[in-house]
Amino acid sequence: MEQNLALYLAFFALAGLTLASALAVVALRNLLHSALALALAFIGVAGLYFLLQAEFLAVVQILLYVGAVTILIVFAIMLTRRLMQQQLFQFTGKWWLAAPLALLLMALIGPVVWSTSWLLRPKEAVPANATAALGEKLMTTYALPFEIASVLLLVALVGAIVVAWPQRDRLPVVEELERKVAQARAGWGKGEGNPAGREGSAEDVGGEEQETRKKGQRER
Amino acid sequence: MDLLIQGLNKLLGQVWPDWAVVLLAMVIVITLIFVMAPLTFMLLTWVLRKGIGRFADRMGPNRTGLGRFNKERTRQRWPLWGLLQPIADGVKMFTKEDITPDKGDKWLHRIAPVAAIVPAMLVFAVIPFGKNLLGVDLNVGVVYVVAVSSISTLALLIAGWSSNNKYSLLGAMRTAAQMVSYEVPMALSLVVPVLFAGSLSLNQIVQGQASWLGLRWYIFYFPLGTLAFFTYFISALAEVNHTPFDLPEADSEIVAGYVTEYSGMKFALFFMGEFMNQFLVCAFATVLFLGGWQGPGVQLGGVLGYLFSVFWFFLKTFSLYLVMLWIRGTWPRLRVDQLMNFAWKRLVPITLGNVLVSGVAVIVLSLLKK
Repeated sequence: MEQNLALYLAFFALAGLTLASALAVVALRNLLHSALALALAFIGVAGLYFLLQAEFLAVVQILLYVGAVTILIVFAIMLTRRLMQQQLFQFTGKWWLAAPLALLLMALIGPVVWSTSWLLRPKEAVPANATAALGEKLMTTYALPFEIASVLLLVALVGAIVVAWPQRDRLPVVEELERKVAQARAGWGKGEGNPAGREGSAEDVGGEEQETRKKGQRER
Repeated sequence: MDLLIQGLNKLLGQVWPDWAVVLLAMVIVITLIFVMAPLTFMLLTWVLRKGIGRFADRMGPNRTGLGRFNKERTRQRWPLWGLLQPIADGVKMFTKEDITPDKGDKWLHRIAPVAAIVPAMLVFAVIPFGKNLLGVDLNVGVVYVVAVSSISTLALLIAGWSSNNKYSLLGAMRTAAQMVSYEVPMALSLVVPVLFAGSLSLNQIVQGQASWLGLRWYIFYFPLGTLAFFTYFISALAEVNHTPFDLPEADSEIVAGYVTEYSGMKFALFFMGEFMNQFLVCAFATVLFLGGWQGPGVQLGGVLGYLFSVFWFFLKTFSLYLVMLWIRGTWPRLRVDQLMNFAWKRLVPITLGNVLVSGVAVIVLSLLKK
């Protein structure tokens, strides 16, 4: 009896934490605070996995979601200046369009949620060494999805590196700069030339450099 | 904790209901961790300051603590050992003014030190400090430790951001990038002892290393276990921002990195978190590679066996900590790009290869046994 009560208490505490954090994600005005509330929601979900005796899934959830995905999101937010300088309003003016759609979605999902009999404990007994059983299933019955997931991750990794390859961003600017420097150097080498032209080209190069530096800083 | 529940049941089983006994056991374990963790931190600061002093050919703190104060003005006037120095440091931290940057994010600035120290405390609960002396025997202890330690990276990012300081942010980003990069070889090199033991539970891993003269310790499973130990130690050094990977918080580099705007108790919390992480890394390496609490005298029954196991555990952990201290006192630090280069281009292929060969070796050995 006490075990059931403790179970209910734990479940409602964790569910409350998850729901409150999820609400905070969409309602907070500061984007960074939303990302941190998302991390809290992930921890709540990991707690629910612990309740369901899926320990490996729970720790992997913490490791991947809180330890990697959240950090990625926070990095992305911090490196995008525009997002941090203004407080984003989560409520736009188009609520007359959004509200019916949200109600429609709730009408679709609601009956499914209400009619399912959710369990607080797994129905069948979980094997003593659940992780070993999980590993075995991953390698035998579910080997294909496992391999496909690996290939997907590899594709994402290669894609990220290709997108972030430095040459693309710098190439036109660097080319132009090099061209101007070569022009200026050719002008100096000829010696006489008109001082106005030489100064012009030198200034031009200086101006270009400054512009490039400013552009580079803005990009960064 | 199961041991504690059994003991308490014997004492109070007739009087108290079951759930109260479990609750009392949990409260006792939590109190123990809350008391032991700061005490370990204080001891480690003393060891650090005296040790680094000796490495630098000086004495370290010798104005406080035990010993006989010599009233004559001879050269041997201060033979004190500085054992009360950590307490003096604690008093100093408590009484310093607590500054929160004006334009920064005040709430994040307050939460960040707490978020940095909670993961360290959480890991204390699963490490076996002696024979069956651990808080919780999780089935997935190894992954739990890695997962929970990765939460502290987020705390550092928040700390750097909320300080509203360019150097803090830069330091925090570099630290976060370093920690995230070195988690990969760390987790991969932890797979090797798990393969050898066949279980993720820390207690089982320690019990799998029971042997005479310590020959079954996973560090001696040459060359896979040894390589895994070294790659784990190096990656763990980088995880806790220890020399030679302490660029993000080196004084000469970036002021103080993410803790620049922190003073008083908040800085003390960061400091404590860092030391506890260093201790936990040593303890984890001991459990996984050096046989944990195994050693002569552990097979004795009763209290003596437990005392021996605790003694061996702390001996091994502190020896590893002294090695870390040695490294800190003698090696220069890596530049940030050298650091990242080392992680991704050298450690990750080595650890991946190690996991592959270990897996094959375990399967081949189990087939040979049949």
